[in-house]
Amino acid sequence: MATEAEGGGIKIDPMGQFVVEPLFGGDHVAWYTPTNVTLWMAITVLAVIVLLVLGTRGRAIVPSRSQSVAELTYGFIHQMIEDVAGKDGLKYFPYIMTLFLFIVFGNTLGLLPTAFTTTSHLAVTGVLALLVFVTVTVIGFVKNGASFLSLFWVSAAPLALRPVLAVIELISYFVRPVSHSVRLMGNMMAGHAVIKVFAGFAGALGLGAVFPVVAIVAIYGLEVMVAFVQAYVFTILTCVYLKDALHPHH
Amino acid sequence: MEGDIAQMGQFIGAGLAGIGSGAAAIGVGHVAGNFLAGALRNPSAAASQTATLFIGIAFAEALGIFSFLVALLLMFAV
Amino acid sequence: MATEAQGAEAAGNAPGMPQLDFSTFPNQIFWLLVTLVVIYLVLNKVALPRIASVLSERQGTIANDLAAAEELKGKAGEAEEAYKKALADARAEANRIIADAKAEIQKDLDAATEKADAEIAAKSAESEKRIGEIRASAMENVEAVAKDTAIEVVRAVLPAAEDASAVDKAVDQRLKG
Repeated sequence: MATEAEGGGIKIDPMGQFVVEPLFGGDHVAWYTPTNVTLWMAITVLAVIVLLVLGTRGRAIVPSRSQSVAELTYGFIHQMIEDVAGKDGLKYFPYIMTLFLFIVFGNTLGLLPTAFTTTSHLAVTGVLALLVFVTVTVIGFVKNGASFLSLFWVSAAPLALRPVLAVIELISYFVRPVSHSVRLMGNMMAGHAVIKVFAGFAGALGLGAVFPVVAIVAIYGLEVMVAFVQAYVFTILTCVYLKDALHPHH
Repeated sequence: MEGDIAQMGQFIGAGLAGIGSGAAAIGVGHVAGNFLAGALRNPSAAASQTATLFIGIAFAEALGIFSFLVALLLMFAV
Repeated sequence: MATEAQGAEAAGNAPGMPQLDFSTFPNQIFWLLVTLVVIYLVLNKVALPRIASVLSERQGTIANDLAAAEELKGKAGEAEEAYKKALADARAEANRIIADAKAEIQKDLDAATEKADAEIAAKSAESEKRIGEIRASAMENVEAVAKDTAIEVVRAVLPAAEDASAVDKAVDQRLKG
């Protein structure tokens, strides 16, 4: 829809797919307006419910296929938290599971043609990352008190270097939510934009469109992998930050 | 389009920023390659380090994504 | 440039990147928070406890099965032990019976041997006696014959010498010497 070969050349609009539009007409987007964001987030919730609630309704000792998937997801995140953040991180399991499921379904559902990718928006990933940042910082101060600040005071380094390192650590600590959110959003947006660009080529080339289509298939495969890997990375980084908050003395 | 120096600057800048994606690709390749080399030396320890591998890849890739973002900003937002 | 590239489509959005269209941020953030809360509640109230209970139930079932298997294994071990013990008992019993039989046979044998020995001893003593008797009678006969012969010889050589008692004395002397 974004590409027309008219007059002077190809017009490719890779960004059109990210536009937030009201579902029921109008062009003012107020905070309560049901938009395509609402639609696809609702679909995400639905997918989570289908997988984790309907999929496990059998409560079978020998699991069905969907129950297996649900249990594998559960075990995967559970194991990850235990490995990275330690046993006391398991208290925050539902929270991390929520993040993981939202991101993984947001990413994969966004790969459906004509879908809207909720996780490709800075507003969404930024809020996710800030939630993690704020939660982790609060947990750090509540659990460790002022000694949480020793996270920035690298006792392994020579004394003269420590103030410099402290400044660097402090900066890197505050950059965390930025990289955390932009990584996810950038990966999602980049993949979709590239697919859109190739789709634009395909639209313009006529019969030669075979090549861009093959390229799209290949990139699509890559994107499916990226969708899962980025969800995994977001979650595991959350676990790493949580570990820093629970055990700041490393 | 003709004679728009500012637009030319944007496009050139975006192209330059795109180089960063290639640099990030080199970084990711380094991480994965070194992981593979280490994993082949000591396969029993490899499984426990896949999380570290993904974290490393994520950090390397994030910077490439930043440059990609800069390119996009130059193209569409400035 | 942005508006030109976007064409009429994005006319409503001033910046080219929808991600940086801050007018839609409150909307997205609001719906995101709603979504997260819903997912969290669904997970926390329904899904996670259910999966955890299923997993622990399975763990329990597996543990129970393992325990039962362990118990059965113990029982099998006990049965084997009992079998071995019975075997050993039977073997010991058999050995005892064999030893008893052997002892009894030995006793009988000893008794028989003794009896036989006694009989043999008695018989040989009797034979000895008879041999002695025979020898004694033979000696007597020899004496008598010798005396008679001597008397005859003496009579033939010296018809005058009729003294039998002297001959007897001489023969006796010779037989003794």
